[in-house]
Amino acid sequence: MSKSKKAPSVVERVDRRGFLRGAAGAAALAAQAPLAKPQQAERGSPAESTAAVEVAGNEKPGSDFMIDVIKSLGIEYCAANPGSSFRALHESMINYGGNSMPELLTCCHEESSAAMAHGYAKIEGKPMMIMAHGTVGLQHASMAIYNCYADRVPMLVVLGNILDVNYRRGSAEWVHSVQDAASLVRDFVKWDDTPVTLQHFAESAVRAYKISTTVPMEPVVIVADGTLQEEPIREKNLRIPKLVMSSIPQGDSGAVADAARILVAAENPVVVAGNVARTPRGIELLVELADTLQARVHDQRLRMNFPSNHPLAGRSGATRATPNITDSDAILALEADDLWGVLHRSTPINRFGMETRPITKAGAKIITVSAVELNHKSNYQDFGRYVEADIAVTGDPEATLPELIEAVRKLITPGRKRAFEERGKKIVEANRKAHQMDLEQAALAFDATPVSTARMAGELWAQVKNEDWSLVSNDRHCSFWPTRLWNFTKQYQFIGAQGGAGVGYNAPASVGAALANRKHGRLTVSIQDDGDFNYLPAVFWTAAHHNIPLLSVMHNNRAYHEERMYIQLYGAKYNRAVDRSDIGTALIKPDIDYATVAKGYGVYAEGPIGDPKDLGPAIRRGIERVKAGEPALIDVVTQPR
Amino acid sequence: MQHLSFSVMPLALPLAILFAGISVGQSKNPGDLAGNAESGKAVFVKNGCYQCHGYQGQGGFAGARLMQTKLSQTGFIGFVRNPPPGGMPQFRAKIMPDQELADVYAYIKSIPEPKPVKDIPLLNGL
Repeated sequence: MSKSKKAPSVVERVDRRGFLRGAAGAAALAAQAPLAKPQQAERGSPAESTAAVEVAGNEKPGSDFMIDVIKSLGIEYCAANPGSSFRALHESMINYGGNSMPELLTCCHEESSAAMAHGYAKIEGKPMMIMAHGTVGLQHASMAIYNCYADRVPMLVVLGNILDVNYRRGSAEWVHSVQDAASLVRDFVKWDDTPVTLQHFAESAVRAYKISTTVPMEPVVIVADGTLQEEPIREKNLRIPKLVMSSIPQGDSGAVADAARILVAAENPVVVAGNVARTPRGIELLVELADTLQARVHDQRLRMNFPSNHPLAGRSGATRATPNITDSDAILALEADDLWGVLHRSTPINRFGMETRPITKAGAKIITVSAVELNHKSNYQDFGRYVEADIAVTGDPEATLPELIEAVRKLITPGRKRAFEERGKKIVEANRKAHQMDLEQAALAFDATPVSTARMAGELWAQVKNEDWSLVSNDRHCSFWPTRLWNFTKQYQFIGAQGGAGVGYNAPASVGAALANRKHGRLTVSIQDDGDFNYLPAVFWTAAHHNIPLLSVMHNNRAYHEERMYIQLYGAKYNRAVDRSDIGTALIKPDIDYATVAKGYGVYAEGPIGDPKDLGPAIRRGIERVKAGEPALIDVVTQPR
Repeated sequence: MQHLSFSVMPLALPLAILFAGISVGQSKNPGDLAGNAESGKAVFVKNGCYQCHGYQGQGGFAGARLMQTKLSQTGFIGFVRNPPPGGMPQFRAKIMPDQELADVYAYIKSIPEPKPVKDIPLLNGL
C-alpha cells in the first residue's frame, strides 16, 4: 500500500498560524520557566535549553520535531553514512535545523561514525549522535558501539527503521527493515527504546541522554521510525521534557571509612587507577589522595588519571605493563581493568590446564571502588573474573574520592605521617631509577632503520612539548614510549584505548577526538597503527572534508603484529616452524603506501620514512598543516614494538 | 575483529634482566660453536626473533634486550631451549639448530653498543 492510500489519521492537523501561536506561547513559557541547572556540570554539560517547551503541530514532518528534541540536548555533532531509513531526519537536520547543533558529519562507514563519537566523547565528556540504518547500518556500527560500551563512554545512536509494512517501498526497504532494531546491540548498550509517537520520542530521547551520561556512561539507542519521521506532525501539545541530570553515585560513607582505616594502617598501599578521572578534577583528587598517603599510583591508562611524571606515579620496572602490587599490603582498585589479572599471574596461552596463582602479599587487603557494578550485563564478559575484595564500594571513583581523602586525613596520626614520608622518599627514589632505565632503553637502536618506536615517540614529543597538545591514541603497541617519556598532566592529553579491544577504533576515534579538540585550539596528535588504519581509512576523507586538524604518525610495522607473535609462539609450541608467521598476518608484498592513500583522500601526507633523521622535519611540516586547520599523515616505517 | 593481548608480555622485564643484566659466563668458551654474525642476522629475521626483540635486539614491551647480551653462548642456547615458563617460546633444535643459534648469538654480540643517553639530544632533559 502506498503512503497516499493509508488510512486517514485521527490526529487533528494544525495550520501554520496555529503553529506560530503555539511557538510564541512556547517562547514565553521558556522565558518564564526556571532552567534546571545540570548537576553534572564539570564537563559534558547539556544544552542550557532544557526547560519544558511546547511545540505545536503543523505541516512539518515529524522529523522536524525530532530535531527540536535533539537540539534541546545540546548535541554538537551527528555522524552518519546516509541511509534512506533516516532520510527525513537527515533533511530536517540540515534544513530545518540549519545543520548546526548538531552539525552533520559525512562518514563513509557506520563504524567510523560510532568510533568518531567514541573519541569525541572521551575528549568532550558528553555524547555525540550517530545515525544509521536499523539493520545494515547498525551491523556496520556494532563493533564500534561495543568498544564504546566496554570503555564506559556515552553515545546517542539513532536508528532509522520502517516498522509499518504499509510504508515499505521495494525490496531494499524490506531488507532494511527489522521488527526490533535495537536487539542487535542490546547486549552492549545501556538502554534502548522504539518510540511509537513523537511525544514518546521526545521523552525517550531525553531519557536516553540522561541514562547514557549517568555513570557508568554507555551508549544508548533510540529507533526513529520512518513513518514517524516522514508523516506531518499531527500530535497536539507536543512537549520536550526537561533534562535533569542524575546525581553521580557516590560510595557509602561507612564503607569509605572502612577503606580509609585500611589505607592509613597499611605499610605499603598502592592505588590501581582504571577509569577514574571523568573530569580534570578527578586527576586533582587522585593526586591529593596519593600525596596524603604517600602511596604509589599505577595508572592503567584507560584515561588520563594521574600525571605521568608525578613522583608517586607507579612504574613497573621499565615497561609499565602491569601494576606492581606484589609488595603491597593494601590495594585500592579504582574501577580497575582486569583486576583479577592484576592480582594473579597465569601461565600463558594454553587455556586448558592454565595455572593461576595470586601474587598479592599474604594478608593484603583489597578495596574496590566502581560504578560499573551498577550495570552488569550477562552476555558479553567485559566484567572480568570475580575478585574477592575485602571492601567493595559501589560508586563512581571520582565522586567518592573527596570523602575518602577526608576520611584518610582524619585518621593520620603524627606517627603515621612520619611513616608516610619515609615511604614516599623510597617511592620517589625507585621511580627516579626506573625513569633512568627508561631513558637507557630508549637509547637502544635510536638511530636504527626501521625507526625505533622510542625514536618515533621522542621525535614527536620534541615537536609537541611546547604546544597545547593532546595525544589521542593508545601507546601499548609502541612499548608505551609516550607515557614513559612525555610529560602528561592534563586530562585531554591521553584518552586510553578502545575499551573492547576491537581493532579499527583508533583512526576514526582520533578524528572524533580531534574534532572535539578543534574548538579548544589544541594540537591533536595520534600514533596510528597500520593494521588499525586499514579498517576504516576513509575516515581521513571525513577529516579532510570537515577540516578536522589531526596529525597522524603512522606506526607502520607492516603487520598485525600481536597476532604474528602468537603464530610464532604456537609454531614453536608445536615444534613445527617459526618462519611462516607472516602468512595471514603481514601487510607486505606489496607494502602499503599510506602517504599515497591519505593523499587520495585529500590529506597532506609524507612517507614512507625509514631514516630516523628524516622524521623530525616531516613531523614539523605536518604540524604546520594541522595548525592551518587540516589533517596530515606522516608514514613511518617502524620496528615492530 | 578483536585482537587479544600478547600474554607473555608481563614477563618481558625479568627476561630482560636475565639477558642483559647478569653476567653468567665468558662470551667465548672452548666448546662454543663458531658463529657467523651475517648468517645470524638472516636467521634472526627469518625466524621472527625481531618480532619481540626488535631488529637490533633492543628489546621492548614484548621481548627482552638481546643486544650485547652478557650471556655466554652456552647460556644463550640453554635459555632458548628452556626458557622460564610464561616467557618466550621454547625453540627446540628441530626449529632452530644449535648452529643457527650460534649464528644468532654472533649477530647479537656484534651489534654496537648504543650511544649514551647524554649524547642523544632528544632524550636529554626528559
